[in-house]
Amino acid sequence: MKQKNIIQIIILFFVIAALGFVIYNTQQKIAAQNISSGFDFLQDEASFEISESLIEYSSFDTYKKALTVGLLNTLKVSILGNILALLLGILIGISLLSQNILLKKLCQSYVEIMRNTPLLLQLFFWYAIMNSLLPAPQEAISFAGTFFSNRGISIPWFEFSSFSWSYPKFKSFNFEGGYTLSLEFVALLFGLVVYTSAFIAEIVRAGLLSVQKGQWEASKTLGLSAWQSIRFVIFPQALRVAIPPLTSQILNLTKNSSLAVAIAFPDFVSVANTTMNQTGQALEVILLILLVYLTFSLLTAAFMNWYNKKISLVER
Amino acid sequence: MKFLSIVFISLFLIMQISQTVKAGTLANVKKNKLIKCGVSTGLVGFSAPNSKGKWSGLDVDFCKALSSAIFGSPNKVKFIPLSAQQRFTALQSGEVDILSRNTTRNLSRETNLGFNFAPVMYYDGQAFIVKKKSKAKSVKDLSGATICTQQGTSTEQNLAAYFRKHKLKLKVKVFESFEESTKTFVQGACDAYTSDKSSLAIFNVKFKSGFKILPEIISKEPLAPAVRHGDDQWLDIVSWTVYALVAAEELGLNSKNIHKHLKSRDLNIRKFVGATKGNGKALGLSKRWSYNIVKQVGNYGEIFSKNVGKKSILKIKRGLNNLWTKSGLMYSPPMK
Repeated sequence: MKQKNIIQIIILFFVIAALGFVIYNTQQKIAAQNISSGFDFLQDEASFEISESLIEYSSFDTYKKALTVGLLNTLKVSILGNILALLLGILIGISLLSQNILLKKLCQSYVEIMRNTPLLLQLFFWYAIMNSLLPAPQEAISFAGTFFSNRGISIPWFEFSSFSWSYPKFKSFNFEGGYTLSLEFVALLFGLVVYTSAFIAEIVRAGLLSVQKGQWEASKTLGLSAWQSIRFVIFPQALRVAIPPLTSQILNLTKNSSLAVAIAFPDFVSVANTTMNQTGQALEVILLILLVYLTFSLLTAAFMNWYNKKISLVER
Repeated sequence: MKFLSIVFISLFLIMQISQTVKAGTLANVKKNKLIKCGVSTGLVGFSAPNSKGKWSGLDVDFCKALSSAIFGSPNKVKFIPLSAQQRFTALQSGEVDILSRNTTRNLSRETNLGFNFAPVMYYDGQAFIVKKKSKAKSVKDLSGATICTQQGTSTEQNLAAYFRKHKLKLKVKVFESFEESTKTFVQGACDAYTSDKSSLAIFNVKFKSGFKILPEIISKEPLAPAVRHGDDQWLDIVSWTVYALVAAEELGLNSKNIHKHLKSRDLNIRKFVGATKGNGKALGLSKRWSYNIVKQVGNYGEIFSKNVGKKSILKIKRGLNNLWTKSGLMYSPPMK
């Protein structure tokens, strides 16, 4: 027992020494080659454009602002994506246990196809499909004031500043006015939702199956309809089993959203890459990316753990 | 105990790595009998692997010339493909000895990143390409247009700066990969595509001349090989390899005729081919270093023509990359 402790202390010492050496060596090398380091560059003018932003941004703003725009875009697609993926996943999960053979088989094949092909490939696929199916903006398909084209979906939008409706209109190259959901955003959101919902469906199915058969029978005896049984008896119990694996799916969707740059959606990684290229501060920017995703993941995990505790069985 | 040995090995490796970086680059290259040359992941005309995995292009030939100068053989090069994001870190960390990867020389790279650039190998500039049927005749007609581009160069910055200066409205789509960005443009989801002019020539080769390049060139992109700060001997060798390529063209020496000039009466040529006391010793190379470059790889004009010019699929005109005597910018200081 004692000898084991000594070995562990020695190993710990070497790990710390190795880490220290790496950090020291990096600093020495950076200093020796006159490479500038630190986070001062965040205050410099970014001087590049970002195609979509939740806040006011122009190329005159700083790198810090540009990165914030990217961060918000990542949040936008992650939050929306997670909500939609959960809804779709639960629906399909329930359908997987349906008595209707056609529905069941359809959902099964959906799950198998989505789970067993790489996400990046799926994103490319959806993006290419949308690009080639939708017409140029000159020949956009219009439907109730909404225009579908290979530039995205342009919808009428209520302007609070002028307190009036603004309608999309085609001007020389693109639609102006209204609100345009870019094709990149739509393809990314769609791809993430469709992919993740397949995993969620399987988790939901497993959760539902974990509830004892007696519970179904009991709720039936009480005269509850099928929907009522699921809603009030089965689902709350299934959730207890499902929450921990669901947490990791939610985390996955958020992390997978970093594939956005492949189809030109300006998420955090995309903006950070541009920043890295322009400033050459690779170490610092990679560190920022790591920090951002770590923070996202830890916050999500903390929330889900709290929720898990809240719904867990209180034993009396 | 297994873990302990891993720790020891990794410590040892780290020390090894840090030592190799310390010694001079030429000494290291000679010891390894190999130049580690950072190139692009695939840009036709500059550095791209063919179907057999053999690299070719202007940037590739430069590394071969360097190999001829040092080893007397053009094949002692290991080509390491690097993405735009990887390239600078790879050079800084010593993963490559030289970065010959269509990289623009500018002030911040030479200072903040700790690099030195050799003389320019190719004078490029950013331009725009649109479909032939497009109404746009100049970049100024592109206000409000969606423009596709690839991430990882100064392209995005130049684009924003130009549109901002001329008060044009801009919508960009920035892709990580060249393939995806060009595919999206060809499919019609962007109104124009922008990049260095040299890389736009490929569109009309691949897609049967359905495209036109707009006349404006909105930036200066002098593409040059880069090395790490603090190794002057290595910088000298790399720089004078570029100059040797140009000087050979100035002197009228090429891969076919240079062996006939070994007994030339022209002092400049005698020095170049190493018939009299040449420049090899001063650089720490053999006296035949520049003879070998031209004999084995060619002069600048030959390399240009073979990879991007007349004899290539791209058919790019010499323009700024012609000799100074032919109203270009290629000029070699006296090699003496």
